[in-house]
Amino acid sequence: MASAKGLDGLPAAKWVDLYTIMVRIRLFEDRLIPLQQKGAIKGTAHPSVGQEAVAAGVCGVLEPTDYMVSNHRGHGHCIAKGMRTAGMMAELFGRRTGSNKGKGGSMHIADLDQYIIGATGIVGSGAPIAGGAALAAKLQKTGQAVACFFGDGAINQGVVFEAMNMAAIWQLPVIFVCENNLYALSTPADKMTALRQLADRAQGFGIPGVHVSGNDLRAVVRETRAALGRARAGEGPTLIEAKTYRWYGHSAMRPDTRSYRTREEELEWREKDPIALTRCVLSEAGILTDTKSAEIERSIAAEIDAAVEFAEGSPQPTLDEMFTDVYAPF
Amino acid sequence: MHTLTVAEAICEGLREEMERDPRVFLMGEDVGTTGGIFATSRGLLEKLGPSRVIDTPISEAAIVGHAIGAAVAGMRPVVECGGFVDFLSLTMDQLVNQAAKLRYMFGGKGAVPIVVRAAQGSGVKLAAQHSQSLEAWFAHVPGLIVVCPSTPSDFKGLLIASIRNPNPVVFLEHKMLYFVKGDVPDGEGLERIGVAATRREGTDVTLVSYSLMAHRCQEAADLLAQRGVSCEVIDLRTIRPWDREAVLNSVRRTHRLVVVHEAVKTLGVGAEVAATVMEEAFDDLDAPVVRVGAHDIPIPFNETLERETTPTVERIVEAVQKLG
Repeated sequence: MASAKGLDGLPAAKWVDLYTIMVRIRLFEDRLIPLQQKGAIKGTAHPSVGQEAVAAGVCGVLEPTDYMVSNHRGHGHCIAKGMRTAGMMAELFGRRTGSNKGKGGSMHIADLDQYIIGATGIVGSGAPIAGGAALAAKLQKTGQAVACFFGDGAINQGVVFEAMNMAAIWQLPVIFVCENNLYALSTPADKMTALRQLADRAQGFGIPGVHVSGNDLRAVVRETRAALGRARAGEGPTLIEAKTYRWYGHSAMRPDTRSYRTREEELEWREKDPIALTRCVLSEAGILTDTKSAEIERSIAAEIDAAVEFAEGSPQPTLDEMFTDVYAPF
Repeated sequence: MHTLTVAEAICEGLREEMERDPRVFLMGEDVGTTGGIFATSRGLLEKLGPSRVIDTPISEAAIVGHAIGAAVAGMRPVVECGGFVDFLSLTMDQLVNQAAKLRYMFGGKGAVPIVVRAAQGSGVKLAAQHSQSLEAWFAHVPGLIVVCPSTPSDFKGLLIASIRNPNPVVFLEHKMLYFVKGDVPDGEGLERIGVAATRREGTDVTLVSYSLMAHRCQEAADLLAQRGVSCEVIDLRTIRPWDREAVLNSVRRTHRLVVVHEAVKTLGVGAEVAATVMEEAFDDLDAPVVRVGAHDIPIPFNETLERETTPTVERIVEAVQKLG
């Protein structure tokens, strides 16, 4: 059995949970492209395979009542924040049993019951919404913090600057998590900013900015906990830049990467698989045995099979349902 | 009853709602220390404190974004974005893509009870970027509510209704109305969103308008009465949803309709009202529906040109007389 001594001040069971979250994200998203190509998943979906340590490392150490604001590449964030894969898969299928009743789809997958405020498909637009949730937490003295995910593309959006500034002047409990996966669709991040590290943007707002390897779960957890500590102590926001890589194309509709990435680069990053790295670390720490990790994989694979089955067997929304939920009743 | 200007009525409504409900707060550019550039929040910072009346940086999109986030997290924000509706162009993503669609995209979970207040309209010689009337932009978006009051009591009663409404409301205040005085009922004087007011009963023609133009239509109706034309004047008060029944019922009695608004005539609210009446009450019409709106130009700076750009009382009278 795994040792119960834990790692970096977190109990062993927590690390197993985080590892399980990463596997759940991987196995969930590995299904998307074939299902989309088959026509079962409608529209598009933006897989985050390769980036699992960021979602798990950030959301996994939030409290259940902390808010999270996601972006278009948000399945991993939502899974890590506690959404059920069955409801998510049904949503991608556009079914009425979906987490958003089939009205949101991949880009807007969210569940307010899990304190998730979107998934927005407009790059960068979640940043002020995260700030607003943090402002509410501060005004109501609830002690909640907010994690806001966006990518290297969003770092150049004006509204993200505005939100970082407002969080800084009001010392809001927000963690801005910039998942730098090196490409905004096809555009390399280093061609679109003159900074070597995006985290340096933080200096311009007078807030802490840290750069971590987004494939290193321990590093993401460490910096998130430090940022959460500052947020809850009333010391304001932090910008965390987590450098990582998406293994697949930009979206299920744009799977090809060859026009902007080399095969060598892709293979190099696959060598840095965050799940394999985490398995190694946890196994060395005596937290995760091969038997246990195989068991996790089996059980998550069964969970995802069941999610697909649930989605396939779920009814379509009825036509009259298209008119509901536009306005809250008044 | 007590007499207030529109600016005072707004301020009173804000104060009473903030005192009644701790979730309500006001946030925006220059709302605190100076009491708002149109004095609509004068004294509120002193009375309610800096956690209820929050001055912001000049970051319009993020102001609305913060309102959305705070609303989803249980607050009832009222925001101003530099006062002028023209600046809401910077907030369109937050208003249109986020606030208006959040509940629908989330399958009915969550609501966005925000009020975005903005001053619109011409008449104070502020030229093309500070004088527009943009209600049709917002009214075109399912998920938003658009309110355009015209009297002090409606400003207060509809502002309170907007704050209590669980949906995003764009609350448009014509800047020529801020100093207009009127009776305001004692107590909260709550008004209902989506209900028009008949300002004057008449038998020959229905004049439909809202905001400043509701006043111009009443002036036009006075002049026309002297010439033997009896006008019914309907003030829509809310643009989305708009009170179709009130307009249709009136047209079924008067058989003639003129729609008047300050926004440009082309592709405006008047087109929607006119089309609806023709779809629903064509047989009741004795004449084609006429629209009176601004010319298809930006608002010019020059005083005379500015005045002639938007509907004058004379143009309204002329439009009615042309109906025959």
